[in-house]
Amino acid sequence: MALFGTGAIKGLMVTLGYIRRKPFTTQYPEDKLEQSPRFRGNTFVWYEERCTGCATCAKGCPLGIIRIVTHPEPHSQVGSDYHVDVFDIDTGRCMFCALCVEVCPYDALHMGGDFEQASYGREDMVISVEDLKAMPKKPRTQFRPQMEMIGHDGKDELEEHEAGRWSL
Amino acid sequence: MQSPNQPNTVDSPDYDIEPVLLNLGPQHPSTHGVFRIRTLLDGEEVVDVEPVFGYLHRGSSKLAEERSYTQVITLTDRLDYLSGMTNNLAYVRAVEALAGVEVPERAQYLRVMTAELMRIASHLMAMGFLINDLGAWVTPLMHMFREREKVLDLFEMICGARITFSYMRIGGVSHDLPPGFDAAVNGFLDDFEERVAEYEKLLLENEILVSRMKGIAQLTGERAIECSVTGPNLRASGVNFDLRKQAPYEVYDRMNFDVPVTQNGDNWDRMWVRLQEMKESAKMVRQCMADLPDGITRTEADFFIRPPVGEVYSAIEATKGELGFYLVSDGTIAPYRCGIRAPSFINLTVLRELCIGWKLADLIVNFGTLDINVGEVDR
Repeated sequence: MALFGTGAIKGLMVTLGYIRRKPFTTQYPEDKLEQSPRFRGNTFVWYEERCTGCATCAKGCPLGIIRIVTHPEPHSQVGSDYHVDVFDIDTGRCMFCALCVEVCPYDALHMGGDFEQASYGREDMVISVEDLKAMPKKPRTQFRPQMEMIGHDGKDELEEHEAGRWSL
Repeated sequence: MQSPNQPNTVDSPDYDIEPVLLNLGPQHPSTHGVFRIRTLLDGEEVVDVEPVFGYLHRGSSKLAEERSYTQVITLTDRLDYLSGMTNNLAYVRAVEALAGVEVPERAQYLRVMTAELMRIASHLMAMGFLINDLGAWVTPLMHMFREREKVLDLFEMICGARITFSYMRIGGVSHDLPPGFDAAVNGFLDDFEERVAEYEKLLLENEILVSRMKGIAQLTGERAIECSVTGPNLRASGVNFDLRKQAPYEVYDRMNFDVPVTQNGDNWDRMWVRLQEMKESAKMVRQCMADLPDGITRTEADFFIRPPVGEVYSAIEATKGELGFYLVSDGTIAPYRCGIRAPSFINLTVLRELCIGWKLADLIVNFGTLDINVGEVDR
């Protein structure tokens, strides 16, 4: 080693070079970074007419935070149908793995988008069936991955005939 | 209590020095999480070290027994939370071996690519926190964090999450590459090579780092093998053992890469091996993107898959060492037993003998170069 301290000074020169560069960070509440199109957030989109109340999403959830209560109801074409009374998603415990989206056989549940979910109580974090009905019916960012293979990009409304399992 | 017959003063030759018991952690910034080290100190010299863990125990093995095979993937994200992709990969490989599921070639390339990106991110964190512990407060750590952010951005593009990916699926991966990923990953890699050169300039010649790390806490190759140490810690001790070379899985046999091995086994070598491994990983990501075949990314496998009765042990070279999953199936939708060979936990075996005889300040560095992750130690 030559003179003691030259290596440290070389390192400091690297740090000094950063004066010329633009900062990498953003000031969060004012500037927001653009999310990727597949971001898994806490917005849930539910297609009421496509959901049959089969509760596969509730079974597929690793934490069991989806609660579904149904009752049979007469249907004009198929005899009887299940009407969804309760569809509670406890996003306070949700870990946003999107497995509920992946298992839905009718592509009735989609998620994504929002990530700011602060609230004053845990009970406010539960998304009820009324909240789900009020959500804009547009598949947000996370939908069943297989649908990408048939050319769906999540920006448009889904047609009725596109629903259902393409593979798996 | 002192008896009056025994004078106990500093001048007295009978002065009895008792070692001091110091609890380092569980909430100490240098213990990388909630990890506690009971240290017996003679002055500043370490006499004995006892790692105490379990503060982050979540019972992942037990939780896995009451979840279906696909749902357990979400648990594996949380084992070593700095390298979720390799955890996912180790687990789904075990299930695939158990159930006999084939994986498409494109999915294998995607798995190797994401695992190597994860290795870059994890080694960056290991080095960053090590230098943070050495006293270079936050600035070098932020350099490493910045590059890791870019890797996490790539993962967010692929699967939608930044830490808890759940990207791998039984029989493939959940998503194909998004549009615009080629440009993003190539941009990252071009930038990353410059940054690694910058890190080397910043770190490798720094006299403080050299004098704090060279020759400190040497681990011989024989002792490392005796203690089942794996990963970069083993390779720094001169043992050329890497599951990617010795027992290639996925498409690692087609990858052209070197395994950096050093001979001294001291703190410096453990850091240096990680720095070189990041370069090799970057090379492999480039190869994967160049050779990526077309095709499907997932074969048909049930969400509630029922593997036949049997047991399997499957291991991969994760970022911290050999990560293995031992699964027992009784033919139902949930594993009967899910055992995890966590490399961080087993690498801790050598912590005691690495630290004895060195100063307390060296203990922090030795602990940092071992690169353990508390989420994986406690599971």
